[in-house]
Amino acid sequence: MILAELQRDFSSWLLHASDETAGRIGVAGDPGLAVYQNNYRAQLVGCLEESFPQLRAWMGHDAFLYAAVTHIDRHPPHAWTLDAYADNFGRTLADLFPRNPDIHELAWIEWALTAAFVARDAEPVAAAELATLDWDATRLRFTPSLQTRRATSNAADIWRAMREGKERPEGEMLAEACGLIVWRRGFVSCLHAVDMLEHEALGQMQANGSFSALCEMLVERLGESEGIARAGSMLAGWIGSELITGVDNGPHQHALHN
Amino acid sequence: MPPLTLPPPFPGYGLGLRRDHYRDFLETRVPVDFVEVISENYMIDGGQPLHILRRVRERHPVALHGVSMSIGSADGLKPEYLQRLKTLVDDIEPLFVSDHLCWTRIDGFNSHDLLPLPYTEEALDIVCDNIDKAQNVLGRAMLFENPSSYLAFDGSMSEWEFLAAMTRRTGCGLLLDVNNVYVSASNHGFDARAYLRGIPAERVRQIHLAGHSQGRDLLIDTHDSPVVDDVWDLYAAAIALTGPVATMIERDDHIPPLAELLRELDIARRFGMKEAA
Repeated sequence: MILAELQRDFSSWLLHASDETAGRIGVAGDPGLAVYQNNYRAQLVGCLEESFPQLRAWMGHDAFLYAAVTHIDRHPPHAWTLDAYADNFGRTLADLFPRNPDIHELAWIEWALTAAFVARDAEPVAAAELATLDWDATRLRFTPSLQTRRATSNAADIWRAMREGKERPEGEMLAEACGLIVWRRGFVSCLHAVDMLEHEALGQMQANGSFSALCEMLVERLGESEGIARAGSMLAGWIGSELITGVDNGPHQHALHN
Repeated sequence: MPPLTLPPPFPGYGLGLRRDHYRDFLETRVPVDFVEVISENYMIDGGQPLHILRRVRERHPVALHGVSMSIGSADGLKPEYLQRLKTLVDDIEPLFVSDHLCWTRIDGFNSHDLLPLPYTEEALDIVCDNIDKAQNVLGRAMLFENPSSYLAFDGSMSEWEFLAAMTRRTGCGLLLDVNNVYVSASNHGFDARAYLRGIPAERVRQIHLAGHSQGRDLLIDTHDSPVVDDVWDLYAAAIALTGPVATMIERDDHIPPLAELLRELDIARRFGMKEAA
């Protein structure tokens, strides 16, 4: 048998375990086939369990296993690294549990924290480096590890309680949606909840980096005085949290960092 | 391109660096001559794992051991994978760079398992072509590990004949996994000592030792238990042929305290001293 055909048939057997494919491989009935089938599936289930420990505890073993097996059947792995297999588990969870934002958001939190843990390194910009900038021409860059999403459940509180070994709260919807941000500070992945205005502001800053445009947006929403004050407090918070890792100035795009 | 030279033998004893033992390796002087890491765990953009590996590298030589190159893929190697591995190799300057004689991927599907190859002339051509490409990108000779396998395809040569031809044609070296020889010999009914005599002993640069489990029908290479006596005996036979080469214990599951693994590594040392005497 030609090697490429053998490898395609073997892959097909791992995915579908049909007797016809086993026959084409020429080893039908060989006990070794079952070992490879088990290795393939056990490794993927193990990857998902290791990537989402709190989600698994929250959902319960059987519900998590059901989701994992469904995901494995729907989305065979493609990336060279097994770590990437956790990337789109959230899609399967959203399909299986469309009315459970706590599940979607817990999955996102765990995935984002893991991704941040191995994201590209970038040194934070110190407040002193921003003191003399021409803000009209300045573009701020945020740490490559930063990820944000809108949240409607108390998943962040659930995650924190479980991580700290405390009694976990009941799952519930938030009175108002919030933003979740995940990033890495030094070597530590962090999770923080922000109001929707800051979530929107971070999205705009990640897209264009313009602090003066952000000020305009906040002035439009909150009025001159409160808008400028809020922009200043957000900037101070981002600097203090080490979210800003680069500054581009004017047409020459001089980078302080990153 | 001129033929790549195999790194010289490194007669030492090492362990796989696992997360459970990071603190031991960073805060104490662990009595090993080298450590081995899974390459893919460090082919990442940044963060603490790479930082730790660089700090460990300041104290110990590091061998990079891969599981995803898929040297037997009929549709070739992935350039992105090779470039990421090259970046890590340039960063760490490892003692050895190794992967497995197997395939894991075809047409974009990646099984993340070390799947067996048929030992045919066609497969040999494909494997050698892929090894040439990988070694050219990395600029150095690699080592390839004999796999443990649970089924065997019809072929025109034995696994040891395949390995011998592969090293002759590509200049690569071998990572001899003694436990894998034992497991495959049991599963397929060949003579493990004939296997050792059949491979080119002078191309072996590293030896793996590990534990296995008894499955329902077959031995399974689980790396979750101590090395068994029969494998130690086979190790003694192996080093009688290879001479002193880098030897290490692989433990990937049920990882015990470091002291326990160091005691197991001392057994390997004693076999080595006995052979040298």
